[in-house]
Amino acid sequence: MQRIGVFVCHCGTNIAGTVDVKTVAEMLGKEPGVVFSTDYQYMCSEAGQTLIQDAIKEHNLGGVVICSCSPRMHEQTFRKACAKAGLNPYMVEVANIREQCSWIHKDVAEGTEKAVILGRAAIAKVHLNAPLTAGESPVVKRALVIGGGIAGMQTALDIADAGFEVDIVEKNATIGGKMAQIDKTFPTLDCSACILTPKMVDCAQHEKINIYAYSEVEDVKGFVGNFSVAIRKKARYVDETKCTGCGICTEKCPVKNIPNEFNMGMDNRRSIYIPFAQAVPKIATIDPNTCNKLKTGKCGVCSKVCGAGAIDYTQKDEIIRREYGAIVVATGFNMIDMTKFDEFGYAQSKDVITSLEFERLTNAAGPTGGTLLRPSDGKHPHTIVFVQCCGSRSTTENGKPYCSKICCMYTAKHAMLTREKYPDTDVYVFYIDVRTPGKNFDEFYRRAVEQYGVHYVKGMVGKVAPRADGTLHVQASDLLAGEQLHIDADLVVLAGAIEPDKSARGLATKLTASMDTNDFFTEAHPKLRPVESPTAGVFLSGVCQGPKDIPETVAQAGAAASKVIGLLVKDKLTCNPCVAQSDELLCNGCSGCEHVCPYGAITYETKEFMQFDRSMKPRRVASVNPAVCQGCGACTVTCPSGAMDLKGFSNRQIMAEVDAICK
Amino acid sequence: MKIDMNKRDSVIRMTGINPRTCMKCGKCSATCPSFDEMEYHPHQFISLVEAGRVDELMASESLYNCLACMACLERCPRGVEPAKFVEAVRNLKLREHGGNHLAPEAIPEMLDADLPQQAIVSAFRKYSK
Repeated sequence: MQRIGVFVCHCGTNIAGTVDVKTVAEMLGKEPGVVFSTDYQYMCSEAGQTLIQDAIKEHNLGGVVICSCSPRMHEQTFRKACAKAGLNPYMVEVANIREQCSWIHKDVAEGTEKAVILGRAAIAKVHLNAPLTAGESPVVKRALVIGGGIAGMQTALDIADAGFEVDIVEKNATIGGKMAQIDKTFPTLDCSACILTPKMVDCAQHEKINIYAYSEVEDVKGFVGNFSVAIRKKARYVDETKCTGCGICTEKCPVKNIPNEFNMGMDNRRSIYIPFAQAVPKIATIDPNTCNKLKTGKCGVCSKVCGAGAIDYTQKDEIIRREYGAIVVATGFNMIDMTKFDEFGYAQSKDVITSLEFERLTNAAGPTGGTLLRPSDGKHPHTIVFVQCCGSRSTTENGKPYCSKICCMYTAKHAMLTREKYPDTDVYVFYIDVRTPGKNFDEFYRRAVEQYGVHYVKGMVGKVAPRADGTLHVQASDLLAGEQLHIDADLVVLAGAIEPDKSARGLATKLTASMDTNDFFTEAHPKLRPVESPTAGVFLSGVCQGPKDIPETVAQAGAAASKVIGLLVKDKLTCNPCVAQSDELLCNGCSGCEHVCPYGAITYETKEFMQFDRSMKPRRVASVNPAVCQGCGACTVTCPSGAMDLKGFSNRQIMAEVDAICK
Repeated sequence: MKIDMNKRDSVIRMTGINPRTCMKCGKCSATCPSFDEMEYHPHQFISLVEAGRVDELMASESLYNCLACMACLERCPRGVEPAKFVEAVRNLKLREHGGNHLAPEAIPEMLDADLPQQAIVSAFRKYSK
């Protein structure tokens, strides 16, 4: 029988307000094996920890039960404290009498009764605890960044500057992401490309950074410190080592009518293309879906004009497998599909555009060379209506329930720049709420109203209908005036909601990283661990975690990098000793555990076993790689013969807890 | 200004919608084709019901100027469905006229093979207390 000490925490009034802690300590003191039981105001405080350590020494305790907050909060704290007093840290159990008891009960009698039961269960478990020793695993000193937008690039640069190797995997033909498509940045109005492209070049030239552009993550194996990732390098049909990026092929290709993704389909590119002038890597790519040569075998113009002989129609996708210590997700966002909102007429009129299309229409490298012209007839628009919250804050199936965060500011920017460049233009902005928290943000929005005379109208646009004369009839609410407005607009700009990139969900499955209902990656703790995924070794950077603007993205990218550096500087990681182990004598070789293991930690091997007649017979049995096992327990509940057990959470321990609760 | 929380609760019960989900964006009133004919606009129906000021709505011609085109219901980004609130207040007004206009005993005589069951249920909702 263990000599057990019980320590009941008040947590100020968090626990003591609804649980009679003195009674709990007294009741638990009567449990078999308990030789010491007490309560204290804050067990996690230094004085509280000292109290536990003194009790361990004084009463020669072999097991400790702490009735306090969730083990997620302070299990590590108490384990460390007990280890300092010479107790094996895995002889400590935490009974959660805060989150699972005092916070959810109002009645003191009920709360107290439940706290006693939870304490009893923990005591029953400690009786069966065995000391465990944590092993160690090495750390591969290289990081993988998935996504080459501003978030991914900044994370990669920061990690590389600390001296670690970084690979960037970008699914498009160039890095740069959404920021490359933006014309100006708020609130300073500096040119987006001018501050982005030097960073792209830095990434390309950094000796520690390797860019896999036009590539995707195929699969991920392993665990923190030891990930093994297969990267699919898609065929460009152009030899990267030979292409000089001269662009002659992109001028001579006869397939001319492919919508140019970089300009949001508002002009055309050829089948062989370089996304934009400052692309990194600046290498041509053949679009296999539209190339005549690849589809029909007839053409080959690009091959003839290429002076470097870089065109290779026989190129195949290539799978590269590399090892990483840490993975950063920076998969970014897209604007939602506006064609689903019939009322805004996006599908009916070319002159109803999204804000990202507006960025391209005002950009010098855009389809109009930077002059704001209507897409339908190329004329100057004189009345422009901006509509905010198109699909954001919407609980309908077409929309997104969250605020997209960036739209208020970029709409103010668009409205201001339009009035600055074309003072004869009437600009309306329809808003539900104007949200501009941030350094110099509200001043920026007010400048649009006060200095530039943008008409901000509180209300929503209900209908946009194209008229025969080419104008757009906009019907909207002015809630402050109590009127319905009818505006004849030349251009309507929709600030559509943003959503995580579609590739994020598949990637989350590969990484076993969790997501919320909107497909944003969840962080390990919303306040205190905002750049880490709950999956160890996976970090989050940029909009894949939630809507954010460029300064926030860059700050978060740096934070993710610092966490990665903190991991990669370690030579070895302490493993979790609470891993599965198989009892070979009970294992029937069914492979059930191998199939459910999400980490690939279980393999089968054939071993000789002695029979009743002392003869040897070979049998297939499961074996667990403790360095790979994460202790999730999926195998233990799958195993039909009861051979698989989890150290620290054995079947016996869990049954003992259940028995104690039901007693 | 009379506040009647019982009427508010009746309207909410009839619509099955919590008016607090309205974020006051005005898209319903922006889309309303009868806006100019209505004293109270769709978004005001929501606010006034929420405030318990149902009597003002019941006294207003707006109840009958709503075309029940359901555009507000279709376009509301929060699923508040203002047209249902207009309809519920209308029902409240109809029921107020007192007396049962439809007794269960009268039903068998009216029945014929073509009468949809839905019509009976709906008639009870409107004309019976």
